[in-house]
Amino acid sequence: MILVIAEQQHGKLNRATWEAIVGAQQLDPSAITVLVPGASAAAVASELTAANVKDIVTVEHAALDPYTPDGFTAALQDAIGQLKPDYVLLPHTYQTRDFAPKLAARLDRAIVTDVTAIKQAPSTGGDVAFVRPMFQGKLTADVVPQGPTPHFVTFQIGAYRVDQVAKGSAPAPIRALDVTVDASAIRQTPEAPFQQAKAAVDLTQAERIVSVGRGIKEQANIKIAEDLAKALGAEIAASRPICDSGWLPMERQVGSSGQTVAPKLYLALGISGAIQHLVGMKGSNTIVAINKDPDAPIFEIADYGIVGDLFEIVPAMIDALKS
Amino acid sequence: MKIAVCIKQVPTREWQPRLDDSKTWIREADASFEMNEPDAYALEEALRLKEKHGGEVVVCSAGPARVAQVIREALARGADRAIHVEGDGLASADAFVTAAALASAMQDEQFDLVLTGLQSDDQGFAQVGVVLAEKLGVPHSTIIMEVNVEGSKLRVKRELEGGWFQWIAMPLPAVLTIQSGINQLRYATLKGIMAAKKKEIKKAAAPAGITSKQRIVNLYVPEKGKKTQIIGGSAAEAAKTLVQKLRDEARVIQ
Repeated sequence: MILVIAEQQHGKLNRATWEAIVGAQQLDPSAITVLVPGASAAAVASELTAANVKDIVTVEHAALDPYTPDGFTAALQDAIGQLKPDYVLLPHTYQTRDFAPKLAARLDRAIVTDVTAIKQAPSTGGDVAFVRPMFQGKLTADVVPQGPTPHFVTFQIGAYRVDQVAKGSAPAPIRALDVTVDASAIRQTPEAPFQQAKAAVDLTQAERIVSVGRGIKEQANIKIAEDLAKALGAEIAASRPICDSGWLPMERQVGSSGQTVAPKLYLALGISGAIQHLVGMKGSNTIVAINKDPDAPIFEIADYGIVGDLFEIVPAMIDALKS
Repeated sequence: MKIAVCIKQVPTREWQPRLDDSKTWIREADASFEMNEPDAYALEEALRLKEKHGGEVVVCSAGPARVAQVIREALARGADRAIHVEGDGLASADAFVTAAALASAMQDEQFDLVLTGLQSDDQGFAQVGVVLAEKLGVPHSTIIMEVNVEGSKLRVKRELEGGWFQWIAMPLPAVLTIQSGINQLRYATLKGIMAAKKKEIKKAAAPAGITSKQRIVNLYVPEKGKKTQIIGGSAAEAAKTLVQKLRDEARVIQ
């Protein structure tokens, strides 16, 4: 049996849950249970009944609201003990990263994170292997979890598409599951989430984006990227290290900790393509990468690539655009 | 305040991946190594907390003999002493083995706070800090962008997705995983490098009987998902061709 842990907040489903369900359907479509934790689980559960799964289980408990890693670990430990799955699948969100390794460690079970595909082939010795990036995406590994089940797997955002979900012929049944949690085991006291500053620019609406990475080398060089953006009618954006250095404001950051964008044109200047960046832009229509390193992972998802010195290529592009 | 910082030595960003003969790990002899970047931010945060609250910063690293390089660097930046859990197998260890090695080294130390980077630039599990907290039996929080110590309590700013944040309070001792960019890194001074030579690096053996919970069966250069048109020629030629293709083929610019 495969257990998918859904993610939701105040009755709003995180769409990455559907992607984890696709992963489950690839593993074994016949015995999937989706567990929805937290208050307002019922509303989310009814949305999920459309999927071709065996059933939906809601787990509502005071210990789950607001979210804490201690509360989730205790409640899900109990639920997993009752349901006895072979696999526990989750989307690789910030929340999952906060509690899933703890849950796996509590149960002393394997956890394979940031998975992009499932493979079972002679090359994996016939075992079910989980494909994941390593070394900043420069290499890919086929990983086989070891030891007793359940094995925990988290799927990278975008590993599957939401529209790949197989729908059921009839709505999946919903049932509630009771769990016991010792409230004194919860040590974190969270406050309400907040946004640092109201974003003055909405990159998600931009048709074209010129994005800069470490290859821009210094703050003074941002100007040439801005000139190119102007010539293209594009917004300027950046990968995390640029915003960390304060060269561009945080609101211009694309990636898992910044904005997720899907413009018509995404032009990456000196961006190597770490996973955290790729998840924020790989849905773009046309991707262009300019980088001096021919092995940079950004080239794997680019439609057009130039291997070379951006300080020569960008001015030449501006000239070409003017002609 | 007694603070531990867990650091990892990883291949440099410029390193070109080369596989070993087993095709399940990298050829380490060809790699150059550096301190994992998020761990460098964790170290900096620990040094700042010590400057504010006093106490001691102890660097902990699990890995083969070569990791002494990043331990020395951390000592040069201002850490007081180090614990090196040494073992060749730790280079490619999974998060459970690494966390077990670190936990055993910390057992007799009674740290008030343990900091580490949110994930490593090599295997990228994003698990060690969280598993370590479970093994130490202390609370944790992840992807932290601000740390405030208030007596025996901790108040931290946790990064959520899409530009959202959240403050979380918890009692000490605790484990935090630190996000890159939380602070501005300092570099080692010549004085710091000299002082580091006299600082203690305690060697510890990895605990016996901890087995890996995952096995890499194949390691390879990623298969391209998309067919990328690589545009060659001089910079001027390539730029011209690219602009023409964006206009006429992809039709994404006028």
